[in-house]
Amino acid sequence: MTTVYVPLDSVAVAMDANAVAEQLTKAGAVVIRNGSHGLAWLEPLVEVENGSERIAYGPVSPTTVADLIANGFLHRPLIEHPLCRGPIGSHDFLQTQTRLVFDRIGRDSPLRIPDLADVLQALTMPPDDLIEIIETSGLRGRGGAGFPAHIKWRTVRQTDAPRKYLVCNADEGDSGTFADRLLLEGDPFRLIEGMVIAGYATGAHHGVVYLRSEYPIAETIFKQALEIAYEHHLIGPNVLGSDFDFDLELFVGAGAYICGEETSLLESLEGRRGQIRVKPPVPAISGLLSMPTLVHNVISFASVPAILRLGGEVYRDLGVAPSSGTMSFQLAGNIKHGGLIEVPFGITLRDLVEGYGQGTLSGRPFKTLQIGGPLGAYLSRGELDTPLTYEAMADIGAGIGHGGLVIFDDTADLAEQARYAFEFCELESCGKCTPCRIGSVRGKETMEDIISGRASDQEFNIIDDLCEVMDRTSLCQMGGMTPIPVRSAMERFPEDFRQGTRA
Amino acid sequence: MTEDDIRTQIAPHQHKLGGTIHALHQLMRAYGYIHPEHLPIVADVFNISVAEVRGIVSFYEDFKTHPPARTTIRICQAEACQAVGSRVLTEELETIFGTKLGIPRSDIELEAVYCLGLCASGPAVQVNDRLIAKASAEKLQVPG
Repeated sequence: MTTVYVPLDSVAVAMDANAVAEQLTKAGAVVIRNGSHGLAWLEPLVEVENGSERIAYGPVSPTTVADLIANGFLHRPLIEHPLCRGPIGSHDFLQTQTRLVFDRIGRDSPLRIPDLADVLQALTMPPDDLIEIIETSGLRGRGGAGFPAHIKWRTVRQTDAPRKYLVCNADEGDSGTFADRLLLEGDPFRLIEGMVIAGYATGAHHGVVYLRSEYPIAETIFKQALEIAYEHHLIGPNVLGSDFDFDLELFVGAGAYICGEETSLLESLEGRRGQIRVKPPVPAISGLLSMPTLVHNVISFASVPAILRLGGEVYRDLGVAPSSGTMSFQLAGNIKHGGLIEVPFGITLRDLVEGYGQGTLSGRPFKTLQIGGPLGAYLSRGELDTPLTYEAMADIGAGIGHGGLVIFDDTADLAEQARYAFEFCELESCGKCTPCRIGSVRGKETMEDIISGRASDQEFNIIDDLCEVMDRTSLCQMGGMTPIPVRSAMERFPEDFRQGTRA
Repeated sequence: MTEDDIRTQIAPHQHKLGGTIHALHQLMRAYGYIHPEHLPIVADVFNISVAEVRGIVSFYEDFKTHPPARTTIRICQAEACQAVGSRVLTEELETIFGTKLGIPRSDIELEAVYCLGLCASGPAVQVNDRLIAKASAEKLQVPG
């Protein structure tokens, strides 16, 4: 009997992987549902074990799988077949990456309990030593803000309180990002390992993963992973035989982008409207239920086991300090080869878009990319040689955010994108502060006037004023960063805003 | 749907962290939407005002206050899908089904969604529970 791997991740499933898996089972194969390797354009990517090799084919549809079966791909490699990709690990897209967080993904069922040596090792070390390794590594939050992780860890550890919490932010709402989803669906134990170590280091005995409800497959997989983790004592009382207790639970959000903002997320976790809290106090001092709380993105926690394995110095030296280590970039939108690219900081936008991505999907000229989600900047062709470090991005008025890049071809209308930026803010604003709640609506209306050609210079001045007020006076980054896509689009593509305008 | 039934649905969530959200998710699963009769019961169980429950329900997209359509088609409206034609797809589907995004109907309802995480394989659409990548009008004409 031949073993075959068919991914269970959302992209593969949305491209009929379940039907493919069913046909392979009927043909007598032993089908293992694995996580995705992250080569989205090849999904469903089917791997067949032929002897000691795993030969990949993709994208495989319910129609083409019948052809592959008929041609005997379960019994011998069909190297000449147009869908054959050879051993996937040798694919250029993967071979050139530095996978530390995503090292295991795709290799096996996400529900097979991995080797837990990293966690065992961590549990023998003094917590302060662990925090020192995190400090040396230069790890910064991968959710978007890029805040140095060790400061949060040390604050939680040193703040005296009856209870402390870990909260994992898996409310991955930025369009163009799917790294958290890939990990939760494909290697949930990587996150659990990171959280156990962080809990031990900070003195927190309870963790919560706040997952967005738009990720039903991630929810199913993670729930099962939690049960398995309890069975294997990776979580629960006396973690792996130590005297450290750690409970972990899953909380599913209810469709609110703003809950990716950490204080809004905490409100939501406490069962209320996800309205943001005014900082300070920061969550590391007073977070969930007013207790010290370490809030991190999925990838931040999941980076921890690799950092301990490599050592802080080795990890730090991977990037371009103070942008240290690897970042999980995600290529999305109008891109030929989209997917997940985990590489050290410092790679250029061009390497991602033209190298890994192979240009636009439509084949039309590249016009712009938006980096860092809906609150991120639109960049121009001339900026493609900028290296991806927090510092170099800040120099051109952009941010890396959660690492998502959305590519647009020359049919994109940046005035429409700027209008959408305001509209998205209007839809997702929590409503607590006026600049965000009202500014977004006024911005959208004004941008509509500009697009319709009814505008004069006065409307452009209104946009300037609104951006200024939202930037300076919003309580959180929702209103505070909405001006970034708007202004970046207007600065770089002024011609898109002046069509039909009466001077 | 008696009051006892509703209380039975909510009871397991009463003492959980964020219990109100768990409870409302459960009511959505059990009844398809949050009925006005649910509100005072949730308020009572969690010892909060009806206004607060209403506030929670109205804040989150997932909590609907009208019965679901037989077929709900969620179309991603976010940037990664815009870059591969979601605006045109939305218009096409509106024409095909003779409705507009966000209009409650009993047969087919088109709903905006902001990111399903299929951003490298858009446009992304969800027909009831089924995810569809690289969606097109042809792929969707027969609702699932």
